[in-house]
Amino acid sequence: MALYADSLALNLLRKNFNISNDDNKPIIALAGNPNTGKSTIFNGLTGLRQHTGNWPGKTVGRAEGYFKYKEEEFLIIDLPGTYSLLANSTEELIARDFICFARPDLTLVVADATNLERNLNLVLQVLELSTNTILVLNLLDEARRKGIKIDVKKLEACLQVPVIPAVAREGLGLEEIKKTCYQISKEKIKIKGFKITYSREIEEKIEELIPLLKRKLPFLQKRINWRWLALRLLEGDKTILASINTYYPIYQERVNIFQKGEVQLDGFNQVWLK
Amino acid sequence: MLLSDLKIQEKAEIKAIRVSGRQGRRLLDLGFIPGTIIKAIRKSPLGDPVAYRIKGTVLALRKEETDLIEIRRIE
Repeated sequence: MALYADSLALNLLRKNFNISNDDNKPIIALAGNPNTGKSTIFNGLTGLRQHTGNWPGKTVGRAEGYFKYKEEEFLIIDLPGTYSLLANSTEELIARDFICFARPDLTLVVADATNLERNLNLVLQVLELSTNTILVLNLLDEARRKGIKIDVKKLEACLQVPVIPAVAREGLGLEEIKKTCYQISKEKIKIKGFKITYSREIEEKIEELIPLLKRKLPFLQKRINWRWLALRLLEGDKTILASINTYYPIYQERVNIFQKGEVQLDGFNQVWLK
Repeated sequence: MLLSDLKIQEKAEIKAIRVSGRQGRRLLDLGFIPGTIIKAIRKSPLGDPVAYRIKGTVLALRKEETDLIEIRRIE
């Protein structure tokens, strides 16, 4: 019963993102830097089974579609292309809020294999927020032409997530993506996911903050990644509080104590950049 | 030395970002991370912004931002 109420509440929350998922298909978010071939992968996966529109209340394009593997059907949402999930722009805010609040069952991150270092920033940010992540290394043909060799096995071992090489333009890798999504949804693959350990100073603050957050914001239990929320607050990110207010409007008073400074959070910014 | 002092075609290593919070985070997200090598590529007609090559991409920054980035020039 509790489980049923939970999925009902989640479906209700997902309606904020214009997602109707009454038949409880697994939801996949598609994230990635701009110009990584994210849309090519989206089109390759869904074919004509997609429709486009805008994100609710925003002039940012949005596409969603379906694909099937064996008997399982997946709903896939194309997030705006971003370099980061830290809400510097509307696009980033949408991508972050979607992963954080609509809680997709799986996140696919598309990375440009010719420029992996730059792309890994977003990969790590997604991993911090949600463990169930698959990394798609796109544009592998271009990387090869540039003489870049990527050790996929090693990357997989470092990040502790499945890494799938792809050349989306030629349709290479798409079957593998579908298969991996399927295996994860059937829990045939368990993803561990790499977690960043910060300096002792920051880790101590996180330890301190998590019990406080759990006490003050009990309605978020099982609905948010506490460690991630603590990190955002330590960073001085106020946009996350505004987003909590948007998606859980009846708890505004509880959230506002963090905004009014009743709970002191400032001054941690400095440790960050060290 | 600041990034805004770097001349076109010169290279430098980023030493520090002199801003925290959102703006600092933004610069880090774009790849302006201490230790990174950066090269000034070209100026816009009015001299601001300036385009830089960093981590395989060309990005343009305004003087307001390049004034916040400490560098060490490399020959």
